Amino acid sequence: MAEAVAAPTAAGRQLPLLISIFLVAACGLAYELIAGALASYLLGDSVTQFSTVIGAYLFAMGIGSWLSRHVRRDLIGTFVRIEIAVGALGGFTAAALFLAFAAHAGPFRILLYAAVLVVGVLVGLEIPLVMRILRREVAFSDLVARVLSFDYLGALAVSLLFPLLLAPHLGLVRSGLLFGLVNALVALWGLHIFRLELAGRRLLQGAAFAAVALLGAGFAGAGHLTTLAEGWLYADDIIHAETTPYQRIVVTRWRDDIRLFLNQNLQFSSTDEYRYHEALVHPGLATLPGARRVLVLGGGDGLAVREILKYPQIEAVTLVDLDPAMTGLFSRAPLLRQLNGDALHSPKLTVVNADAGRWLEENSEYYDFIVADFPDPTAYAIGKLYSTAFYRLVDKHLAAHGRLVVQTTSPFYARRSFWTVAATLEAAGLRTAAYHALVPSFGEWGFILAGHDDYAPPMRYEVPLRFLTAAMTPALFQFPADMARIDMEPNRLNDQSLVRTFEQEWRHVQHQ
Amino acid sequence: MVTRRRFLTATAGMATVAAAPMIACRRESGTPLPPGTLAGSDAALGHRLREGGIPEPAETRRTPVLIVGGGIGGLSAAWQLQRAGLPDFILLELEAAPGGNARWGENAVSAYPLGAHYLPLPTAEATDVRALLADLGALKGDPQAARPEYDETWLCHAPHERVYLDGFWEEGLLPKLGASRGERAEFARFHDAMAEFKVARDLFGRRAFALPVVASSRDARWRALDGITMADWLIGHDYRSPRLHAYVDYACRDDYGTDYRQTSAWAGIHYFACRNGEAANAASDTVLTAPEGNGWIVRRLAARMESQIRYGAAVFRLAQDRAGVSADVWLEAERRSVRYRAEQLIWAAPLFLLPKLATGLPPAVAAVCAAGTYAPWLVANLTLREPPAPGAGAPLAWDNVLFDAPGLGYVMATHQQLRLAPGPTVMTYYRALADRPPAEARQLLLDTSREAWAAAILDELSRAHRELPQLTARLDVYRHGHAMIRPLPGVVGDEARAALARGWGRVRFAHADLSGLSLFEEANYRGVAAARAALTALGRA
Repeated sequence: MAEAVAAPTAAGRQLPLLISIFLVAACGLAYELIAGALASYLLGDSVTQFSTVIGAYLFAMGIGSWLSRHVRRDLIGTFVRIEIAVGALGGFTAAALFLAFAAHAGPFRILLYAAVLVVGVLVGLEIPLVMRILRREVAFSDLVARVLSFDYLGALAVSLLFPLLLAPHLGLVRSGLLFGLVNALVALWGLHIFRLELAGRRLLQGAAFAAVALLGAGFAGAGHLTTLAEGWLYADDIIHAETTPYQRIVVTRWRDDIRLFLNQNLQFSSTDEYRYHEALVHPGLATLPGARRVLVLGGGDGLAVREILKYPQIEAVTLVDLDPAMTGLFSRAPLLRQLNGDALHSPKLTVVNADAGRWLEENSEYYDFIVADFPDPTAYAIGKLYSTAFYRLVDKHLAAHGRLVVQTTSPFYARRSFWTVAATLEAAGLRTAAYHALVPSFGEWGFILAGHDDYAPPMRYEVPLRFLTAAMTPALFQFPADMARIDMEPNRLNDQSLVRTFEQEWRHVQHQ
Repeated sequence: MVTRRRFLTATAGMATVAAAPMIACRRESGTPLPPGTLAGSDAALGHRLREGGIPEPAETRRTPVLIVGGGIGGLSAAWQLQRAGLPDFILLELEAAPGGNARWGENAVSAYPLGAHYLPLPTAEATDVRALLADLGALKGDPQAARPEYDETWLCHAPHERVYLDGFWEEGLLPKLGASRGERAEFARFHDAMAEFKVARDLFGRRAFALPVVASSRDARWRALDGITMADWLIGHDYRSPRLHAYVDYACRDDYGTDYRQTSAWAGIHYFACRNGEAANAASDTVLTAPEGNGWIVRRLAARMESQIRYGAAVFRLAQDRAGVSADVWLEAERRSVRYRAEQLIWAAPLFLLPKLATGLPPAVAAVCAAGTYAPWLVANLTLREPPAPGAGAPLAWDNVLFDAPGLGYVMATHQQLRLAPGPTVMTYYRALADRPPAEARQLLLDTSREAWAAAILDELSRAHRELPQLTARLDVYRHGHAMIRPLPGVVGDEARAALARGWGRVRFAHADLSGLSLFEEANYRGVAAARAALTALGRA
C-alpha cells in the first residue's frame, strides 16, 4: 500500500479535478432543469416557470461566486463539504417539493424559490473554489480556458441527457436523486485525491458516505414517494384504493369521517352526506305517495338507495351503476355497509352494472321516480349524461306522473352550468323545479326535479330525516341573487356546451 | 348495369405496378396482422359478364319505369316516384345490397360505413334533400325553413373533428399549433376569402357556389375558376403556407378523391363556400351522421321499396325504339336473363358504363359519358377491442385526421352512442388513391392484397396510436374502383355534360356524374329531377 500513501503529482490531480468540474457542472444544470420542469409540471405555464426558475438560479449562482472569496482557508475541505451539501439538498429538492405540493405544506412557490436559491448559491461556490484549487498548479490563462470548457461540456451533456433520456425514463424525482448521488461521489473522490492534505477527513468521509446512502435509498424507494404523496394529497388515511377500468376509487378515513373520492373528486363525506342524499331524494319522492318503482342511475355507493328504502311502499329499486367495483365495495366493506344501512343487500334492490345510456336504450320499464346521480360533467363522455338526448331517453322510462331528479353541481360555483342543465331538461320537454341545499363539504349544492306535472314541495315528510324539514323545503326552491337563474342554451350532444362551461367555471374556482 | 369490375379488369395488365413497393410491409412489431376480408363490387358476377356467354333474355317483363342503379341517385328517383303516386317501378342493382357509395356493413360491435359517412346540414337550395330528411323524420317542421330543427339522433355529437400533427391532436382540421405568424395570417385570409365566396351572389340573386350546382350563378367571373386548378388558384392569390396547401389538398382528396393540383378551382372553392345550411338546434358546421354513415338513409329508403328492388341484376344491353325502352338484364337470383320493357328508364349508374352497353347512343352523349375520369377509393374498417388511447391534446372525436398522412383519417362508428364505458368499437379509415393517374391507381387497388393494405394502414395509424395493432381484432378492406367522378378543370362547367339533363329519348340520367361532383346532394337532386322528367313524360306530373 506504499503507493497509496504517496501524494499524487500535480498533473495527476489536474485531470480528476477537470472531470469533477464536468460532473459538477452537469449536476448544477440538472438541478436547474429539474426545478424548472417540476414547477411547470405542477403549476403550469412552462415559459413563465422556466424563465423565473432559471433567472433565480443564475442569480443565486452569482451570489455563490461572490461568497467564494470569503473562503480563505481549507479550500479542499470546503469544496468537499459543498459537494456533500449540494448532493443532499439538490438531490432531494424534486422529491421534497413534490411531497410539499401534495401535502399543501406551506406556500409552494416560496418553497420552490427558496430551494432554487439555496442550491444555486451552493452550486455557484463550486467552480470558483475548484479554480482556486487548480490555480496552485496551473497558469491562470490556461486554467480559465480549461475550467470553462469542462464547465460548458458538462452543461451540454445534461441539457441533452435530461429531456431525451432522464426525464422520460427516470422521472424528475429519480433524476434529481441521481445527480445528488453524482455530487456526493465527487465529494468522496475529492476526499480520496486529497487524502494527504485534509484535516478531519474521517468526519467528512462519514458525511459523504451518509449522503450517498441516503440518496441511494431515496432512489430505490422513489416509487413509494408517489404513494406517499397521494396519501398526503388526501390528507387522511386511505382505507381503500383501487383503479378500475372506469375510474380511480379512493376511500379515506379520519376519525369518524369517511370520504369517497372518484378520480380525486370528492363524492361524499360521511359527516354531511345525509344532507346531500336527503336533499337528492326526499323533495321529489315525498310528493309521490303512489311511487312503487324507483330507478337510480349512478350512485353505486348505495346512499341514495338508503334514503329511498325509507319509504315502505317502495316495492322495487333498480340501481344502474357502470362500475362493479363501486357496488361491490359498498356491499362488502363493513364500514361502508354501515354507512349505507346495508342498502345494497336489500331484497327490493336489483343492482345492474351497465352503462346508463345503453341500459335505458335496451330496457323499456317505467319508473315512478328516477334519480340521476352522476359525477359532474367534467368530460365529453360524462357530458352525454346531461344532454337533451339523454333526458328524452330518461323521459321514456318515466311513469305518467313520475319525476326525475338530477344532481346538478353547484349553482354557486358553477352557476351557468347549473342553469344549463335546467334549460336542457326543459328543451327535452320536461318541467323543472330547481333547488339547492348547503352540504358543508361541497358548499352550496344544486338539484333539479323534472317531470310533466307542476311541482309543489311536500307538506310533510313521513320518514325520519336529519336535515330536511317540511317547513324549510319551500325555501330551498328560492335562489338568492348570486345563484339566480340565467338564460342558458341547452346542452346538446352536437356541441356539449355544458362540458366547456363547467370546465371554465371550475377552473375559475380553483384559481381563486 | 354492367359491373364496375368489368371495367376494372379490362384495364388489368396495362398499367405496371410501379407503386407496389410504396405499401411494402414495414411492420417491425411482432404483432400478427388481424384477420379480415377484402371486398368490393361483386367479383363473381363481373367475371361472368366479362367472360361473355350471357344467355339471351328468355322472358319480357313490363314496368312503367325502370331504374338502373340503387345508389343515392336511383333511390332518390324511386323515392320521388313513390311521393308522386307512381309506386309501380322496378329498380335494378348490380350489387347484393343497395347504397352505391353510401353502402355500409355491420358486425357484432357496430354498423359501419363502407363509403360516404356524413351529410352536411342541407343548403337553402337543396330543397329535395330537406324534403327527404323530413320524410325520414330527421328534420322536424317545415323542411324549407331557414333554420329547421333536426332530430339529434343524427346530428354529429361533439367533439366533431381533430387533427394530428407532430405528436399532438388539435381541434379542427387545420393545425395551428406551431404555425408561424405569417402562416396564421394566411389561414385567416383564406378563411375570409371563402366566407366571401359563401355569401357572393350575382345580379339575379343566385349564389356563386350553390349546392346543387345547377342553382349556382353562371357569371363568368366565378365560372372562369373552372379553368384553373385549385393549387394554381392558391398560388395565384399568393398563398404560400405549406399547411394551408396541405389542408386544401386534404379537402379536395376528401370530397373529390382528387389531388388539389388537378381539381378545378371552382370545385375546390365550392367545397369551402357552398355549405350554408343552418339548424335551430345545432351550429351550421354540424353534419348528420350515423354509425353506418349515410347508410342510414339508404336503409330507410330501400326498406320502402324492398319488393321492387332486384339485387344482383346486371344490365348488359340497352336500346330504345318509338314504343319504349328495353334493358336486357342478367338476374343472378334467377340464374337467367330477362328483358325489361319500360316506358321510361332512369339511368342512375355511373355514366362511363353506358356507352359499353347502350345501342344507338348519340355520339355527343357517348363522348360525355366516356370523358369522365373516376377516382378509386379504399375504405377499411378496423374492429377494435377498445377505443385507442386519446393521445396528447384534443380528445378522441368523430372524425380524426392525421395531417400529413396518405390517408384521410378515420371516423368512429360508435361516436353517436350514449355510452360512457369504452367498449369495443369500429374505426373506419379512408383513403383516396389520388397520388397517381386513376387507371394506375385502380390497378394498384386491385393488385394489392388485403394483408399489404392492412399492414400499410396499421403503420400509418400507429404513428398516432402506437397500440393500434394490438387493439385491432379484425381489419376489413373495401375497394371502390370508380368511387367518384373527378372534377378536373372544365368538368363541372362542361355544357355538353349539363345537356345530359335533357335525357336521351326515354332515358333519363340520374347520377351525380351529371354535375361533375360526387356529392349526396347532387345525386339526390339528379335522381329527383330525372323522376320528375319521367313523370312528365308519362303524363303523371
